[in-house]
Amino acid sequence: MKFGVVVFPGSNCDHDAYHAAKDVLGQDAEFVWHKDTTLKGADVVILPGGFAHGDYLRTGAIARFSPIMPAILEFARAGGPVLGICNGFQVLLEAGLLPGAMLRNRDLKFHCEQVTVRVEQTDTPFTQRASARQRLRLPVAHGEGNYYADPDVIRELEASRRVIFRYCDAAGEVTDAANPNGSVGNIAGICNEARNVVGLMPHPERACEAPLGSADGLVLFESVVTALARTA
Amino acid sequence: MKAKVFVTLKKSVFDPQGKTISDALHSLGYKGIGDVRQGKYFELELDAASAEQARALAAEVADKVLANPVIESYRIEID
Repeated sequence: MKFGVVVFPGSNCDHDAYHAAKDVLGQDAEFVWHKDTTLKGADVVILPGGFAHGDYLRTGAIARFSPIMPAILEFARAGGPVLGICNGFQVLLEAGLLPGAMLRNRDLKFHCEQVTVRVEQTDTPFTQRASARQRLRLPVAHGEGNYYADPDVIRELEASRRVIFRYCDAAGEVTDAANPNGSVGNIAGICNEARNVVGLMPHPERACEAPLGSADGLVLFESVVTALARTA
Repeated sequence: MKAKVFVTLKKSVFDPQGKTISDALHSLGYKGIGDVRQGKYFELELDAASAEQARALAAEVADKVLANPVIESYRIEID
Protein backbone atom coordinates (compact mmCIF):
# COMPACT_ATOMS: atom_id res chain seq x y z
CA MET A 1 0.00 0.00 0.00
CA LYS A 2 1.38 3.36 -0.98
CA PHE A 3 0.98 6.74 0.67
CA GLY A 4 1.41 9.78 -1.56
CA VAL A 5 2.47 12.87 0.38
CA VAL A 6 1.92 16.04 -1.62
CA VAL A 7 4.63 18.68 -1.24
CA PHE A 8 3.86 22.32 -1.91
CA PRO A 9 6.50 25.04 -1.64
CA GLY A 10 6.11 25.90 2.03
CA SER A 11 4.85 22.51 3.23
CA ASN A 12 6.67 21.69 6.47
CA CYS A 13 4.95 18.57 7.83
CA ASP A 14 5.51 16.52 4.68
CA HIS A 15 8.41 14.61 6.23
CA ASP A 16 6.41 13.94 9.40
CA ALA A 17 3.61 12.39 7.34
CA TYR A 18 6.11 10.41 5.27
CA HIS A 19 7.84 9.20 8.45
CA ALA A 20 4.54 8.10 9.99
CA ALA A 21 3.60 6.10 6.90
CA LYS A 22 6.99 4.68 6.02
CA ASP A 23 8.88 4.24 9.29
CA VAL A 24 6.15 3.90 11.90
CA LEU A 25 3.63 1.93 9.84
CA GLY A 26 6.09 0.27 7.49
CA GLN A 27 4.08 1.18 4.39
CA ASP A 28 5.36 2.38 1.05
CA ALA A 29 5.41 6.17 0.76
CA GLU A 30 6.43 8.69 -1.84
CA PHE A 31 6.53 12.46 -2.07
CA VAL A 32 4.52 14.04 -4.88
CA TRP A 33 5.69 17.51 -5.92
CA HIS A 34 2.96 20.08 -6.49
CA LYS A 35 4.07 20.45 -10.11
CA ASP A 36 3.63 16.74 -10.78
CA THR A 37 0.45 15.83 -12.61
CA THR A 38 0.06 12.24 -11.43
CA LEU A 39 -0.08 10.73 -7.96
CA LYS A 40 2.53 8.07 -8.82
CA GLY A 41 0.21 5.19 -8.04
CA ALA A 42 -0.62 6.30 -4.50
CA ASP A 43 -3.45 4.43 -2.77
CA VAL A 44 -3.97 7.19 -0.22
CA VAL A 45 -3.11 10.87 -0.55
CA ILE A 46 -2.01 13.15 2.27
CA LEU A 47 -1.97 16.92 1.98
CA PRO A 48 0.38 17.90 4.79
CA GLY A 49 0.62 20.91 7.05
CA GLY A 50 2.73 23.97 6.49
CA PHE A 51 2.35 27.26 4.68
CA ALA A 52 1.83 26.39 1.02
CA HIS A 53 2.95 29.30 -1.16
CA GLY A 54 3.52 31.29 2.02
CA ASP A 55 -0.23 31.25 2.66
CA TYR A 56 -0.26 34.50 0.68
CA LEU A 57 -3.70 35.90 -0.12
CA ARG A 58 -5.45 33.24 1.99
CA THR A 59 -4.37 29.89 3.39
CA GLY A 60 -4.47 27.37 0.55
CA ALA A 61 -5.69 29.96 -1.97
CA ILE A 62 -2.72 29.63 -4.34
CA ALA A 63 -2.06 25.94 -3.67
CA ARG A 64 -5.46 24.97 -5.04
CA PHE A 65 -4.26 26.01 -8.51
CA SER A 66 -1.19 23.74 -8.35
CA PRO A 67 -0.71 21.37 -11.32
CA ILE A 68 -1.21 18.34 -9.03
CA MET A 69 -4.71 19.44 -7.95
CA PRO A 70 -6.67 18.02 -10.93
CA ALA A 71 -5.17 14.60 -10.19
CA ILE A 72 -6.16 14.91 -6.53
CA LEU A 73 -9.71 15.95 -7.47
CA GLU A 74 -10.00 13.00 -9.82
CA PHE A 75 -8.59 10.61 -7.20
CA ALA A 76 -11.07 11.92 -4.62
CA ARG A 77 -14.01 11.69 -7.03
CA ALA A 78 -13.10 8.08 -7.73
CA GLY A 79 -13.37 7.37 -3.99
CA GLY A 80 -9.67 7.39 -3.11
CA PRO A 81 -8.93 8.28 0.50
CA VAL A 82 -7.56 11.82 0.93
CA LEU A 83 -6.44 13.31 4.25
CA GLY A 84 -5.81 17.04 4.59
CA ILE A 85 -3.92 17.98 7.74
CA CYS A 86 -3.89 21.60 8.93
CA ASN A 87 -2.72 23.54 5.87
CA GLY A 88 -3.73 20.51 3.80
CA PHE A 89 -7.26 20.88 5.23
CA GLN A 90 -7.20 24.56 4.27
CA VAL A 91 -6.18 23.59 0.71
CA LEU A 92 -9.09 21.11 0.51
CA LEU A 93 -11.49 23.88 1.60
CA GLU A 94 -10.18 26.33 -0.99
CA ALA A 95 -10.30 23.60 -3.64
CA GLY A 96 -13.94 22.93 -2.82
CA LEU A 97 -13.36 19.27 -1.89
CA LEU A 98 -14.68 20.12 1.56
CA PRO A 99 -17.20 22.85 2.45
CA GLY A 100 -16.52 25.97 4.52
CA ALA A 101 -13.53 28.22 5.11
CA MET A 102 -11.04 29.18 7.79
CA LEU A 103 -11.03 32.47 9.65
CA ARG A 104 -8.27 33.87 11.84
CA ASN A 105 -8.33 32.31 15.32
CA ARG A 106 -10.81 34.28 17.42
CA ASP A 107 -8.05 35.53 19.76
CA LEU A 108 -5.78 36.34 16.76
CA LYS A 109 -3.04 34.18 18.31
CA PHE A 110 -1.14 31.36 16.67
CA HIS A 111 -1.97 28.31 18.78
CA CYS A 112 0.81 25.78 19.18
CA GLU A 113 -0.25 23.33 21.85
CA GLN A 114 -1.63 19.89 22.65
CA VAL A 115 -5.40 19.66 22.39
CA THR A 116 -7.93 16.89 22.88
CA VAL A 117 -10.32 15.97 20.10
CA ARG A 118 -13.19 13.53 20.19
CA VAL A 119 -13.77 11.12 17.32
CA GLU A 120 -17.38 11.79 16.33
CA GLN A 121 -17.76 9.29 13.50
CA THR A 122 -15.90 6.09 12.76
CA ASP A 123 -17.29 5.37 9.29
CA THR A 124 -14.51 7.10 7.36
CA PRO A 125 -11.33 5.45 6.06
CA PHE A 126 -9.32 7.51 8.56
CA THR A 127 -11.32 6.76 11.70
CA GLN A 128 -12.65 3.24 11.25
CA ARG A 129 -10.22 1.75 13.77
CA ALA A 130 -11.05 4.38 16.38
CA SER A 131 -13.91 3.89 18.77
CA ALA A 132 -16.85 6.28 18.84
CA ARG A 133 -16.18 9.23 21.17
CA GLN A 134 -12.55 8.14 21.54
CA ARG A 135 -10.42 11.03 22.77
CA LEU A 136 -7.17 11.78 20.99
CA ARG A 137 -4.37 13.99 22.30
CA LEU A 138 -2.99 15.78 19.25
CA PRO A 139 -0.92 18.91 18.66
CA VAL A 140 -2.33 21.93 16.86
CA ALA A 141 -0.20 24.65 15.27
CA HIS A 142 -2.21 27.23 13.36
CA GLY A 143 -3.25 30.85 13.20
CA GLU A 144 -6.22 30.25 10.95
CA GLY A 145 -8.14 27.25 12.23
CA ASN A 146 -11.39 28.97 13.09
CA TYR A 147 -13.70 26.85 10.97
CA TYR A 148 -16.63 28.69 9.47
CA ALA A 149 -19.49 27.79 7.17
CA ASP A 150 -22.94 29.26 6.63
CA PRO A 151 -25.53 28.00 9.16
CA ASP A 152 -27.24 25.99 6.39
CA VAL A 153 -23.98 24.21 5.60
CA ILE A 154 -23.33 23.50 9.29
CA ARG A 155 -26.84 22.04 9.64
CA GLU A 156 -26.21 19.85 6.61
CA LEU A 157 -22.83 18.70 7.99
CA GLU A 158 -24.40 17.81 11.33
CA ALA A 159 -27.43 16.09 9.78
CA SER A 160 -25.26 13.96 7.51
CA ARG A 161 -22.80 13.14 10.37
CA ARG A 162 -19.90 14.74 8.56
CA VAL A 163 -18.30 16.36 11.60
CA ILE A 164 -15.56 13.82 12.29
CA PHE A 165 -13.55 15.47 15.08
CA ARG A 166 -14.49 18.02 17.75
CA TYR A 167 -12.32 19.86 20.25
CA CYS A 168 -13.21 18.66 23.74
CA ASP A 169 -11.90 18.73 27.29
CA ALA A 170 -10.05 15.87 29.01
CA ALA A 171 -13.36 14.25 29.96
CA GLY A 172 -14.58 14.33 26.36
CA GLU A 173 -17.04 17.18 26.88
CA VAL A 174 -17.34 19.68 24.05
CA THR A 175 -16.89 23.03 25.80
CA ASP A 176 -16.02 26.52 24.66
CA ALA A 177 -12.94 26.49 26.92
CA ALA A 178 -11.65 23.45 25.00
CA ASN A 179 -12.04 25.25 21.66
CA PRO A 180 -8.60 26.67 20.74
CA ASN A 181 -9.68 28.82 17.81
CA GLY A 182 -13.39 29.62 17.86
CA SER A 183 -14.51 27.03 15.31
CA VAL A 184 -18.28 26.71 14.91
CA GLY A 185 -19.51 23.77 16.99
CA ASN A 186 -15.92 23.04 18.15
CA ILE A 187 -15.36 21.48 14.72
CA ALA A 188 -11.80 20.19 14.33
CA GLY A 189 -12.36 18.01 11.28
CA ILE A 190 -14.97 17.11 8.68
CA CYS A 191 -15.45 14.82 5.71
CA ASN A 192 -17.04 15.10 2.27
CA GLU A 193 -20.38 13.61 1.30
CA ALA A 194 -18.81 10.36 0.10
CA ARG A 195 -16.78 10.27 3.38
CA ASN A 196 -13.46 9.45 1.63
CA VAL A 197 -12.02 12.97 1.96
CA VAL A 198 -11.23 14.04 5.52
CA GLY A 199 -9.69 17.30 6.71
CA LEU A 200 -8.63 18.25 10.23
CA MET A 201 -6.64 21.02 11.85
CA PRO A 202 -4.76 18.96 14.50
CA HIS A 203 -1.64 17.04 13.47
CA PRO A 204 -2.02 13.23 13.85
CA GLU A 205 1.26 12.70 11.97
CA ARG A 206 3.15 14.49 14.74
CA ALA A 207 1.61 12.20 17.35
CA CYS A 208 2.45 8.71 16.14
CA GLU A 209 5.14 7.74 18.64
CA ALA A 210 5.05 7.87 22.44
CA PRO A 211 8.43 9.66 22.74
CA LEU A 212 6.86 12.58 20.86
CA GLY A 213 4.29 13.01 23.61
CA SER A 214 1.40 11.08 22.11
CA ALA A 215 0.82 8.17 19.79
CA ASP A 216 -2.90 8.89 19.50
CA GLY A 217 -2.61 10.08 15.91
CA LEU A 218 -1.52 6.67 14.69
CA VAL A 219 -5.10 5.43 14.61
CA LEU A 220 -5.84 7.62 11.57
CA PHE A 221 -3.04 6.02 9.59
CA GLU A 222 -3.82 2.51 10.84
CA SER A 223 -7.43 3.07 9.88
CA VAL A 224 -6.67 3.88 6.27
CA VAL A 225 -4.33 0.88 6.01
CA THR A 226 -7.19 -1.32 7.22
CA ALA A 227 -9.70 0.41 4.95
CA LEU A 228 -7.54 -0.13 1.89
CA ALA A 229 -6.72 -3.72 2.81
CA ARG A 230 -10.44 -4.42 2.84
CA THR A 231 -11.01 -2.95 -0.59
CA ALA A 232 -7.92 -4.57 -2.13
CA MET B 1 -6.90 50.91 -16.94
CA LYS B 2 -6.87 50.24 -13.25
CA ALA B 3 -9.32 48.25 -11.15
CA LYS B 4 -9.47 48.62 -7.40
CA VAL B 5 -10.86 45.58 -5.60
CA PHE B 6 -11.92 45.83 -1.94
CA VAL B 7 -12.37 42.48 -0.23
CA THR B 8 -13.97 42.27 3.21
CA LEU B 9 -15.47 39.56 5.35
CA LYS B 10 -19.21 39.19 4.79
CA LYS B 11 -21.43 41.02 7.28
CA SER B 12 -22.56 37.70 8.76
CA VAL B 13 -18.95 36.63 9.47
CA PHE B 14 -17.25 37.71 12.71
CA ASP B 15 -14.09 39.72 12.05
CA PRO B 16 -11.71 39.16 14.97
CA GLN B 17 -9.14 41.61 13.59
CA GLY B 18 -11.74 44.34 13.10
CA LYS B 19 -12.99 43.77 16.65
CA THR B 20 -9.46 44.07 18.05
CA ILE B 21 -8.87 47.29 16.10
CA SER B 22 -12.18 48.68 17.33
CA ASP B 23 -11.30 47.77 20.94
CA ALA B 24 -7.87 49.42 20.56
CA LEU B 25 -9.45 52.62 19.24
CA HIS B 26 -11.89 52.68 22.13
CA SER B 27 -9.08 52.17 24.63
CA LEU B 28 -7.31 55.15 23.02
CA GLY B 29 -10.30 57.24 23.93
CA TYR B 30 -12.09 57.46 20.57
CA LYS B 31 -15.75 57.50 21.51
CA GLY B 32 -17.37 58.10 18.14
CA ILE B 33 -16.19 54.88 16.46
CA GLY B 34 -18.42 51.83 16.33
CA ASP B 35 -17.68 48.56 14.60
CA VAL B 36 -14.54 48.30 12.47
CA ARG B 37 -14.32 45.88 9.56
CA GLN B 38 -10.89 45.31 8.03
CA GLY B 39 -10.10 43.74 4.68
CA LYS B 40 -7.82 43.60 1.67
CA TYR B 41 -7.26 46.07 -1.10
CA PHE B 42 -5.97 45.13 -4.57
CA GLU B 43 -4.95 47.37 -7.46
CA LEU B 44 -5.04 45.57 -10.80
CA GLU B 45 -3.41 47.08 -13.88
CA LEU B 46 -5.66 45.87 -16.70
CA ASP B 47 -5.36 45.74 -20.43
CA ALA B 48 -8.99 46.42 -21.24
CA ALA B 49 -10.78 48.31 -24.01
CA SER B 50 -13.58 49.67 -21.87
CA ALA B 51 -14.58 50.18 -18.26
CA GLU B 52 -17.17 47.41 -18.65
CA GLN B 53 -14.56 44.98 -19.91
CA ALA B 54 -12.21 45.98 -17.07
CA ARG B 55 -14.96 45.46 -14.52
CA ALA B 56 -15.84 42.05 -15.96
CA LEU B 57 -12.21 40.94 -15.86
CA ALA B 58 -11.72 42.23 -12.30
CA ALA B 59 -14.91 40.46 -11.19
CA GLU B 60 -13.74 37.23 -12.79
CA VAL B 61 -10.43 37.19 -10.92
CA ALA B 62 -12.10 38.36 -7.71
CA ASP B 63 -14.53 35.43 -7.91
CA LYS B 64 -11.85 32.94 -8.82
CA VAL B 65 -8.88 34.03 -6.72
CA LEU B 66 -8.98 37.30 -4.76
CA ALA B 67 -11.99 36.55 -2.58
CA ASN B 68 -13.34 33.38 -1.00
CA PRO B 69 -17.13 33.56 -1.47
CA VAL B 70 -17.73 31.42 1.62
CA ILE B 71 -16.54 34.21 3.92
CA GLU B 72 -15.80 37.28 1.81
CA SER B 73 -17.51 39.76 -0.47
CA TYR B 74 -15.92 42.39 -2.70
CA ARG B 75 -16.51 45.71 -4.39
CA ILE B 76 -14.84 46.96 -7.57
CA GLU B 77 -13.96 50.50 -8.67
CA ILE B 78 -12.58 51.24 -12.15
CA ASP B 79 -10.18 54.17 -12.70
